[in-house]
Amino acid sequence: MNTIQNIQAEIVEDFEMFEDWMQKYEYLIELGKELALIEKQYKTEDNLIKGCQSRVWLHAEKQDGKIIYTADSDAIMTKGIIAILIRVLSEQKLEDIIHADLSFIDTIGLKEQLSVTRANGLVSMIKKMKLYALAYQN
Amino acid sequence: MLDISKIRNQFPILSSKVNGEDLVYFDNGATTQKPQSVITAESNYYQNENSNVHRGVHFLSGLATDKFEETRITIQNFISAKHSHEIIFTKGTTDSINIVASGYRALLNKGDEIIISELEHHSNIVPWQMCCEQSGATLKVIPLLDNGSLDMIAFENFLSENTKLVSVSHISNTLGTINPIEEIIEKAQAVGAKVMIDGAQAAAHIPINMQSLGADFYCFSAHKLYGPTGVGVLYGKEFFLTKFPPYQGGGEMIKEVSFKKTTYACLPHKFEAGTPNIAGVVAFKSAIDFITELGLSNIAKYEEELLLYATEEVLKIEGLKIYGTAKNKSGIISFNINKLHPYDIGMIVDKMGIAIRTGHHCTQPIMERFNIPGTARISLAVYNTKEEIDICIKAIKKAKMMLS
Ligand SMILES: Cc1ncc(COP(=O)(O)O)c(C=O)c1O
Repeated sequence: MNTIQNIQAEIVEDFEMFEDWMQKYEYLIELGKELALIEKQYKTEDNLIKGCQSRVWLHAEKQDGKIIYTADSDAIMTKGIIAILIRVLSEQKLEDIIHADLSFIDTIGLKEQLSVTRANGLVSMIKKMKLYALAYQN
Repeated sequence: MLDISKIRNQFPILSSKVNGEDLVYFDNGATTQKPQSVITAESNYYQNENSNVHRGVHFLSGLATDKFEETRITIQNFISAKHSHEIIFTKGTTDSINIVASGYRALLNKGDEIIISELEHHSNIVPWQMCCEQSGATLKVIPLLDNGSLDMIAFENFLSENTKLVSVSHISNTLGTINPIEEIIEKAQAVGAKVMIDGAQAAAHIPINMQSLGADFYCFSAHKLYGPTGVGVLYGKEFFLTKFPPYQGGGEMIKEVSFKKTTYACLPHKFEAGTPNIAGVVAFKSAIDFITELGLSNIAKYEEELLLYATEEVLKIEGLKIYGTAKNKSGIISFNINKLHPYDIGMIVDKMGIAIRTGHHCTQPIMERFNIPGTARISLAVYNTKEEIDICIKAIKKAKMMLS
């Protein structure tokens, strides 16, 4: 089953293979290139995430009780980071997203890899993803 | 000839490691590193000299006051000001500009005009917008040419008897352009306007002389000049500062206080309400001494050599475009590579120990002018070397490869 926990475990495993920052960055860049892009009409001011130094748009749609996220950013590393979050949270149940414990971020050392401003952006992204789930629940 | 390795040895932080690599610090436009003499002066002040200034009769208060005022004289000489009381200590460039802008708020009326330029740092834009909003004056903006220099024809067309003040930077922190401030001052004063120069990016890099320049106001920050943070200078001509209303009320800035009427102290204290950053001001002197010992013209010559070398070398990177190619330029290179986002480049070179700045550099109108989200910026200081430029360029190439 592709639960949030399972996917996190997979990502942690992926990151364990990397020997240095460069491999991690290359991986993030690859993920960034493969990100499921947001449709143009959703690239609105409302969907822009505040707190990110590069611009990030995030859109969420509900399908069969699950949420599907799409996103875009003008910086590729940021795209890579949001791609990881989408891999974990997209197509999950509302409840699970809202209560998700995203401890894998600390395990893979993603925050340490990012400058403080980017780490703040990461927090903002997660918050926005959870807020979407909450909004759909009500 | 400057002995750069001897200079580098005076900066403890330059021998540190970042992400396991030797630090290469190219973010001097944001703030410079500090020599040991400045660090020592600041801590020595707290260890041996600490007391409040201009207040007590006791020994330490006298000592602190002497030290504090010594810096004022040092700065007077550094910028060749006519009087030491024309030097006002502030928190920094931003604070200095706000003092002048808030003074002008009371002096301006509807129909009056202030001129700034498109390449200003936000701190030389927003205070004037606020000033205009509150006084009814109009703000005019000198546009930029494609090479990042000011459109001087447009500037001349703006000038009229309505022009009350022109406030422009000496050097652009994003484009590196050295603006023709002599010409700006002469032409503005010819129509009776006053001129304020934001010298934040100039004071550590080229010699400045208030008496020959003739600017009415000039300001800069200690921290961009090898000195401590939280200290800056507002130079203002005596005549004008005397006429200006005080900025903040409080201790130190008064002559007599009563509930009927309070009278204000003379210059410079009128503008220095409250306990200042004494330790910072005291250490500021060591920063000026550091520069004076090397000689600003030697510094300017060396940094120009570095700029030429760095410009030549970065242009060898395919797809790289430099923003700011004015003839008269200081040691700042802003660039983008193809459609790569500057943050991506900055993040990757950071991992290789290299500090460059990425983003809009508090100059969003410039970004709009060139229709870009930001740039990556290399800004030089006297302790930088050609070897560091080589390391940086190698890292940028690596980033480009990873990102393309
Ligand atoms: C041209 C210019 N003006 C003003 C400032 C603001 O200086 P401070 O932050 O020290 O007040 C800066 C700093 O980046 C600058 O480069």
